[in-house]
Amino acid sequence: MAAAREVLVSAAKKFFVLGLIGVPITDRFASVVPVRGRSMSPTFNPETNPLFDDRVMVEKLCLRRYNFSRGDVVVFRSPVDHKEKLVKRIIGLPGDWVGTPHTYDVVKVPEGHCWVEGDNEIPSMDSRSFGPIPLGLASGRVVRIVWPPQRMGEVERKVPEGRLCPS
Amino acid sequence: MWSIIREAFDKTLLVAKAYGILHITNSYLCTVALAYGPSMIPAINLTGDLILAERISPRIRKVGVGDIVVVRSPVVPSRVVTKRVVGMEGDRVTYLPDPHNSDEVRSIVVPRGHVWIQGDNIYNSKDSRDFGPVPYALVEAKLLWRVWPPKDFGPMQHIAR
Repeated sequence: MAAAREVLVSAAKKFFVLGLIGVPITDRFASVVPVRGRSMSPTFNPETNPLFDDRVMVEKLCLRRYNFSRGDVVVFRSPVDHKEKLVKRIIGLPGDWVGTPHTYDVVKVPEGHCWVEGDNEIPSMDSRSFGPIPLGLASGRVVRIVWPPQRMGEVERKVPEGRLCPS
Repeated sequence: MWSIIREAFDKTLLVAKAYGILHITNSYLCTVALAYGPSMIPAINLTGDLILAERISPRIRKVGVGDIVVVRSPVVPSRVVTKRVVGMEGDRVTYLPDPHNSDEVRSIVVPRGHVWIQGDNIYNSKDSRDFGPVPYALVEAKLLWRVWPPKDFGPMQHIAR
């Protein structure tokens, strides 16, 4: 009984130390998160089966200076619900004029904001519904898919054509 | 030989643990904010105050009207600003867009998931009157207790208008 208890206590201690060292690393450098939903298909989750959702690596060093490029895939907190995190692609940066596809309108991205959209055509929770978002909401840049193994690889930076007049 | 490596490893682990405790305390529990500038006079001095700020209330959505909060600036994302919450989502806020030159009053309903923040000194403050309501997710901490200067040591005043 005493031996079993000792094993438990030592396991708990190891777990605690792992957390102490792991949390700063995931906060400051990189972490792995699952992607839910179809809004970024075909880049992520090309199949509908939720059992095989992609796991992606999110890099956080870009948050030191908030230097993002057009075409980067970013994780950010939803401007509508602070608990929700979304994964979308940056289309426009501050000063750009972005065309919205359905209303034939052109919007200027304000200072410190960006325009984000899902890769999928289907309507998703992105700048097409809530407008440009502050860059401060970003919590990392998606660099590669790490799971499942057959889909491992880098995430490319791509900009859709004809959507943008850079400043 | 092995004992040296062993000792080096133990020392590194100790430093890493200390850093971990510091990081977790600073980014999940509480932090010290240096607030300065004219926008929050008289609640915060022009020359700068050290104020203890806690990060739990924003996380569990306990920030309300009248609290002074640290918000990541929607205009310059690498900076944070210190303002008072004037309206939560769904509230109707009336404000003076240009108090220097006119008595014009405007009114707005704060959209879902956003807050309206304003400096106490409306004559010299860049806040929601310039950049509009900010997403609640940009609220990083709530000011709790002034530490410096010592004559003002004490809890931050909660003022709801």
